[in-house]
Amino acid sequence: MRKSRSGVLGVFAHLDTTTDAIRRLRSAGYDQLTVYSPTLRHEIEEALESSESPVRIFTLVGAFTGTGAGAALAIWSSLNWPLIVGGKEIVSLPAFSVIMFEVTILLGALATVAGLFINARLPRIGRPEALYHPSFTAGNFGVFAHVPRDRYDAVRNILTESGSEEVLVEQS
Amino acid sequence: MANALRSIFHPQVRGYADVNRDSMRLLTKPGKGYLALLGTAVALVGLMVFAELYQIAIGLGASGLTNPVGWGTFITTFVFWVGIGHAGTLISAILFLFRAGWRQSIYRFAEAMTVFAVLTAGLFPIIHIGRPWFFYWLLPLPSQRHIWPNFRSPLLWDVFAVTTYLTVSSVFFYVGLIPDIAAARDATTVPWRKKVYTILALGWRGTDREWKHFSRAYLFLAALATPLVLSVHSVVSWDFAVSIVPGWHTTIFAPYFVAGAILSGVAMVVTLMVPVRKVFHLEAYFTELHFDRLAKLLLLTSCIVGYAYGMEYFMAWYSGELYERDVFLDRVTGDYWWAGWSMITFNAIIPQLLWIPKIRRNLNAFFIISIIVNIGMWYERFVIIVPSLAHSYEPWKFMNYHMSWTEASILMGSFGWFFMWFLLFLRFLPGLSIAEIKEVLPPPEKHHYDPAEDEALKLVEELPTGYKEYERR
Repeated sequence: MRKSRSGVLGVFAHLDTTTDAIRRLRSAGYDQLTVYSPTLRHEIEEALESSESPVRIFTLVGAFTGTGAGAALAIWSSLNWPLIVGGKEIVSLPAFSVIMFEVTILLGALATVAGLFINARLPRIGRPEALYHPSFTAGNFGVFAHVPRDRYDAVRNILTESGSEEVLVEQS
Repeated sequence: MANALRSIFHPQVRGYADVNRDSMRLLTKPGKGYLALLGTAVALVGLMVFAELYQIAIGLGASGLTNPVGWGTFITTFVFWVGIGHAGTLISAILFLFRAGWRQSIYRFAEAMTVFAVLTAGLFPIIHIGRPWFFYWLLPLPSQRHIWPNFRSPLLWDVFAVTTYLTVSSVFFYVGLIPDIAAARDATTVPWRKKVYTILALGWRGTDREWKHFSRAYLFLAALATPLVLSVHSVVSWDFAVSIVPGWHTTIFAPYFVAGAILSGVAMVVTLMVPVRKVFHLEAYFTELHFDRLAKLLLLTSCIVGYAYGMEYFMAWYSGELYERDVFLDRVTGDYWWAGWSMITFNAIIPQLLWIPKIRRNLNAFFIISIIVNIGMWYERFVIIVPSLAHSYEPWKFMNYHMSWTEASILMGSFGWFFMWFLLFLRFLPGLSIAEIKEVLPPPEKHHYDPAEDEALKLVEELPTGYKEYERR
């Protein structure tokens, strides 16, 4: 679902006030939130009750594709020029298992990164999805509620009550 | 607004802002010493380029390689550098899976070291083939005559292992860097840096959506890198073990090489960390605890390597295999006795000093031991490769190998190449992992939390997720 760009941003200096604001906003029915944090905190994920990331499916599919691709490359190219070397079978699976393993890891890793980029919408070119403050990578937390203009005051009150240091409003 | 709680890993760090400040400081102060080091590194690279051009013009005859020793300094140095990379992945991926909080502040250095070490290692097979412009023959590319590489050859497994390792460790390095580059983007005031960091940060803003997928992706990358790193040096060891040269054809090679790789890599991490800590005043991040744990890791791998050395000799004797026994006897009594004894002394005996806590915590002593191990591990690969080839089977083909000046120059140049990348990394990318160090710091909280009053804490503590780890300590 596409979140609206208009809304209110609360800047927080503390983690507990941030999670408090998230809980209050969600219980008041404001579910469209973008939460900023300088580091990964599970407290925020818990407050948001976010669902499991689908990146793991990318990893799994990528890895198994890699196993198949590694096997296919080694087997097909050996059959394509069937030259016996060192008295070994043309299709020497124990030897090919190394290739299969390496390609499994390679494609698994690349698919994981693809999964990250697709799901996290990176790289983000142009305007960010919500109002941003550069202090979020330094030490502050932020909660942006995606709400229409007529709800600005209500949201601002919740943010201030929770302990927001600064409340910014999206002007556009 | 100082927080009363402190991390056990970084008791001197007061909060999130400190981490950003100290990490950014690395990017803003290039001293004269730094420029001198970088200049030396670039000069060594120049020496390597000159020697390589000379070798291309003359041919491989410019090196000391001939029959029967067809593998010499180049392959030794290749194995050495691949091994160096391993500790980086151990620290960044394996210790991540083990939730070792002390990894957070040193992992970025270690992972950078991995990428640059593999980048260095990758040069050597290309140099060694003598006609570097044909390196693509190693790759499974369609050719006019439909000839494909031999997938039954360990050398081709190595091509797959090393290229996969380079790709995956670069990707892992970069993914970990994204949040920190975003922090650098927000903090820098230099216009060109801001532009570059804006592009490299890919628009990262630290939203809940980004962190959610990032944490999963990072976990899976770590989980994939772990078996990969074990496989890479195993495959490198099979380059030797699958052949029938006495001294190479043993089943112990894979675990022996992996342990040796981690030993040499940890030593290189220490060799890099001690000066970086001093020059950039990172005492708050590389604490006594970090060096103590690294010392224990070094000690453990040194013991495994020492055991492998002993077991090799035992099997050479116990198997009753004449050629095997002869090669192993030759390693410590023959023409290369100095290399053989250096390897045993430097890798298995001297690191035993680290059992003594006083030496472990003395950075100067630890630094010297780490350099000795680095040298010893280069000798280990030399001893495995050269004396085995110089002294195998038939006495009429025993012939010693002598390193030529081109090989020596390229060996020295490889250190210049590695340090050049490392020094550039220190100046241009966040060397301390800003976001990950914050994970082990107590988060800023307005209402101070008293663990004694928390009934639910007992349950929370048992979760293996690292959650609220700091309170427990």
